[in-house]
Amino acid sequence: MDFLIFQVPMLTLQATLDGVLLGILFALIAYGMALQWGVMNIINIAQGDLVILGGYIAYFMYLWGIHPAWGVIVSPFIMYFVGVGIYKLVINKVVDRDLFISILATFGISILFMQLMNFAFGADVVLANSGYGTTMLFDNSVTLPNSKIFSAFISIVFAIGLVVYMKKSKLGRAIRATAQNARAAKILGVDTEKVYAATFGINAALCGVAGALISITFTIHPYMGLPYTIRSFMIVIVAGLGNLPGVAMSGMGLGVFEEFADYILGTEFRIGSVFLLLVLILVYRRFKLSRKREYLK
Amino acid sequence: MNKNIILYAALLIFGLAAPFIFPAFKVQLSILCVLIVLALTWNIQGGEMGYNTFGNILFYGLGMYLCASVQVGMFFPLAEWTESGGEKTFVHTPTQFFQGMAMGLVVAAVIPTIVAGLIGYSILGLRGHYFAICTLGLGVAAGEISGGIEIIGAGQGFTTPPFPDVGSLEARGEFFYFLSFMAVVLTFITVKSIYSTRFKLILNAIRDNEDKAEAMGIQTMKYKIIGWMISAFFCGLAGGIMGGLVGYIDSTDVAFDGREMGVFMVLMAILGGKGTLWGPVIGATVFHIFKEGFWTFFLGWQYVALGVLIVVIVIYFPEGIMGWLREKYPERFGEVVDEADRKAQVELK
Repeated sequence: MDFLIFQVPMLTLQATLDGVLLGILFALIAYGMALQWGVMNIINIAQGDLVILGGYIAYFMYLWGIHPAWGVIVSPFIMYFVGVGIYKLVINKVVDRDLFISILATFGISILFMQLMNFAFGADVVLANSGYGTTMLFDNSVTLPNSKIFSAFISIVFAIGLVVYMKKSKLGRAIRATAQNARAAKILGVDTEKVYAATFGINAALCGVAGALISITFTIHPYMGLPYTIRSFMIVIVAGLGNLPGVAMSGMGLGVFEEFADYILGTEFRIGSVFLLLVLILVYRRFKLSRKREYLK
Repeated sequence: MNKNIILYAALLIFGLAAPFIFPAFKVQLSILCVLIVLALTWNIQGGEMGYNTFGNILFYGLGMYLCASVQVGMFFPLAEWTESGGEKTFVHTPTQFFQGMAMGLVVAAVIPTIVAGLIGYSILGLRGHYFAICTLGLGVAAGEISGGIEIIGAGQGFTTPPFPDVGSLEARGEFFYFLSFMAVVLTFITVKSIYSTRFKLILNAIRDNEDKAEAMGIQTMKYKIIGWMISAFFCGLAGGIMGGLVGYIDSTDVAFDGREMGVFMVLMAILGGKGTLWGPVIGATVFHIFKEGFWTFFLGWQYVALGVLIVVIVIYFPEGIMGWLREKYPERFGEVVDEADRKAQVELK
């Protein structure tokens, strides 16, 4: 336990800024999860592994001498097709089934991806160096890597772009119609099968963007997927499905929580504290809802 | 009934004789026993109660750490043991080893039961996939946190006391085999006896419609917690035995191994057929034979094979072996089948 962070205002500011920038990235992943959860009623445990896979695409571009920031454009394109492929192979068989079946099936995909990435890319912790330098604030007492600011900016751009796309485009309208009532949408001539595939593809593409940004700002490793899944799940249940400002806010809140937990408890408890927070949030909501004799559905 | 007694007697005799018939496979047979215990206890939640948990691994890992810690801590300072890598500095005499093991197993079974009782009220109030994800988080959190605690070895792991020299080379394998076999027999008897009472009916009522069960005047929460405590008891016991058997405890790779054991227990119960008494036993046996038989061919690709296996079983074979048999031979399961109805069903298909 180390409470120095609260006595030095600059440290507090540093952790808060780091957390907010990190949280925006989390919110982007959570947005993808909320999208496919709301539309297809599926919880995708492999979400984090899609993120890591997207990160490796940017990393390999970096190795081949292309600036990794271009991964933000390339990675979602590739990941879209990966997402559609997963949908066609597995997800379309579990869409109408019990939710636990989808959890277990995507858990299997997660294990599969983890190990395939381990074989293909090795078990080293890697990062793609963007060479953006750092910004110093307040007499050099607060340092912000420019890559973090860049990634937060790109996340916001993609999130806003997607919101506009969902509102204006034909596919976006079809997706929203399917989310409201899949049967009615089918009757009115929406090819729900295609909509589902596109939704999962868009989700994977968002993961690809987030992964590319993570490989620039932080590090990636084949086994780091599950924490991202849990974070996005947590953000979605705190915000509620279909509440976009809520997703952004709770994403940033989670980011700040993590940075503070990192300082106070030590880095070795960082992931543990995220998972523990998930349990606490779920238990809190259970007690809150049980007062009205409702339960999480 | 008579036939059943003969069957159980034959299985018991086979179980007792197994280490002498297959002396080379003693460790594998012990692991099989532990797997059967885990599958049977998972089935109480996942199969009978409809609460699909990933969190029973919590009790398993807890039992593993507790058993080893008690076994060491009763005679030697625990902190020094883990710091020095254990066995080099301190040596258990046979009496100390067995005393420690007995005490450790008791603690390993009782503490997780208490933990299950304490957290049960909060966790079991969640439903469906929230429960599944919450318990998944619980297991991973326990692994990550125990990986940061110095006294039980933190990141470098915890060596359990090595088996003492009692004069026979075979003793270690036989000791652990009979220990785990006893655990299986105990678990099976407990599970079978609770499945023949009202308790099982209540669990099934919770699975089928919890709100209605509550409206019928059943205190569902009480029964859910009791069911979880029973699971926790045997999971802790299995964990304690497994810790001694493996000889080395690592927080995320052995004890709270959600990626292996945590998934295995779900997979075995589903493969065998959840919601049946024999399903988990059959599922665990088939799975273990498959795993040990084919893992060597997939050398390095086990997890890939595991991932594919999960997806295939979950999508194409969710009823399990027992469910499939039941579909095929309903008469054997005591179901009365109307021939005309059956024909009509076949024609409909």
